Amino acid sequence: MLQILFDALSLGSLYALGALGIALIFGVMRLVNFAHGDVIAFCVFALLWPSTDAMAIVFAGQLPWYLLVPFVLLCGAGLSVLCEVVVFRRFRQANPATMMIASFALGFVIRYFLLMLFSSRPKSISLLPELSQPVEILGARLPLLQLITIVATMVILIGLTLFLRQTRFGLEMRAAAENFSMARMLGVRANRVIMGAFALSGALAAAIALIFGAQTGTLDIQMGASIMLMAFIATVIGGLGSLGGAVLAGFLLGAASVIMQVMLPIDARPFRDAFVYGAVILVLLFRPQGLIAARGTKERV
Amino acid sequence: MSLLALSDITIRYSRLTAVRNVSFSMEEGEILFITGPNGAGKSSLLRAIAGVTPVAGGRIDLAGHEITGQAPENIARLGLSMVPEGRDVFGSLTTEENLLVGTGMHARERGWRSRAADELEAVYATFPMLKERRHGQAGLLSGGQQQMLVIGRALMTNPRLVAIDEPSLGLAPNINDQVYERLIALRAQRQLTLLIVEQSSARAMMVGGRMILMRGGQIVLDGDARTLGNGEAIQAAYFGYEDH
Repeated sequence: MLQILFDALSLGSLYALGALGIALIFGVMRLVNFAHGDVIAFCVFALLWPSTDAMAIVFAGQLPWYLLVPFVLLCGAGLSVLCEVVVFRRFRQANPATMMIASFALGFVIRYFLLMLFSSRPKSISLLPELSQPVEILGARLPLLQLITIVATMVILIGLTLFLRQTRFGLEMRAAAENFSMARMLGVRANRVIMGAFALSGALAAAIALIFGAQTGTLDIQMGASIMLMAFIATVIGGLGSLGGAVLAGFLLGAASVIMQVMLPIDARPFRDAFVYGAVILVLLFRPQGLIAARGTKERV
Repeated sequence: MSLLALSDITIRYSRLTAVRNVSFSMEEGEILFITGPNGAGKSSLLRAIAGVTPVAGGRIDLAGHEITGQAPENIARLGLSMVPEGRDVFGSLTTEENLLVGTGMHARERGWRSRAADELEAVYATFPMLKERRHGQAGLLSGGQQQMLVIGRALMTNPRLVAIDEPSLGLAPNINDQVYERLIALRAQRQLTLLIVEQSSARAMMVGGRMILMRGGQIVLDGDARTLGNGEAIQAAYFGYEDH
């Protein structure tokens, strides 16, 4: 029972972090960033030295954790800000659909860039192997990594909340997310806020990359896309642009996946995701605006 | 030199011309009402001054700087504080957070925090109701309270020019009277320069000051609100009788 709870929490953590990364950018820019998943993939491959061999040549992955974590977070934030400056800035005045398509294209560019450097073969890596040791809590045996995933997610969520509530930059970001043009008329610098949102979102992508890489031990160019899909669904269920909603829905999706994995009859288990998506449709039928409707989905100028 | 000067401003929305070759200027300390029927281009003009609507032609100067085509955040830094139509309160933020959003633009100057705190106290002194609700969600304030909040918010940055778009919109008449009472008191207290857009010229005649009347994207009358108000010219201009 406890095992199920921890499974649900750790899977939910991944989805929640992913959804948060998407919701942050949607909040300030009304952009659904489909390149987010590929930023995750990029961060994972930043651990390796470029090579098309089947053997992974570990580069940053060898660093001790206190250097490894900041390095990967910086990679994510850096790439994400670069995407903003090089691509999305040109689309500021474009309508949301155009921006979304641009983000798809950008995602493919990142993915094929990785493909060029690393080939499409999945690579195995043992990232922070000391974390796979089991620990015993209240009679349940859990991998230490699972515990760290949950704790790290909580720390990130609390940190982000404090940042948004207590700092001047957080205040400006919340104001801009609600009404971008009014915030600008009050002197809030548009570029700074948007770059800040991209940096945060990229760092969140990097956190997912680290957790996912350590959990699975295999690096695959496609891996970002699968989390991205779930994370995107979580943002929609949560109410696009609502950060609290994104986190809540992320955890709910994680819980739904794990519970269905356990409860469904054996024959139906391969189709677990179909059941999860079915539940998503039901939720959206009854609450099309999302669980927590975001304020200020007003047209921005 | 004028605080605000518009010359030959034209604003287009795709094929529709909202404002056509409008020029006027405003001096420091002046109160100017821009009135006119719906669709006269008043709000477009104000939004162009604030930098949120692009102009198709002409030039705008504020406090000695050309601001045509500048970003809204830079225009705000030159001393324009805008209170847009529909108030645009940040509903999910608290009352106090709403007031503080704009103060960050002076963050490079020394002592900005204590000045912001002083401004906050001054705004609370003018609008005690805002102080009572300072930690409450701003979206839950009544329409009149929200109007007071956005006026307070506009004052927080110690602006040289405050532009207000339709402060009466959606407010009960007695609440509207209160809003104007405060505005006039504030103007006397701080020597504010006010640019107010209103659909009806009645308020302008009551308050006094200068009035510009717009119709069909052009200025049709410009003069003292009280003398203009007494003539029949204003009715003709407002409704466009001379066309028939």
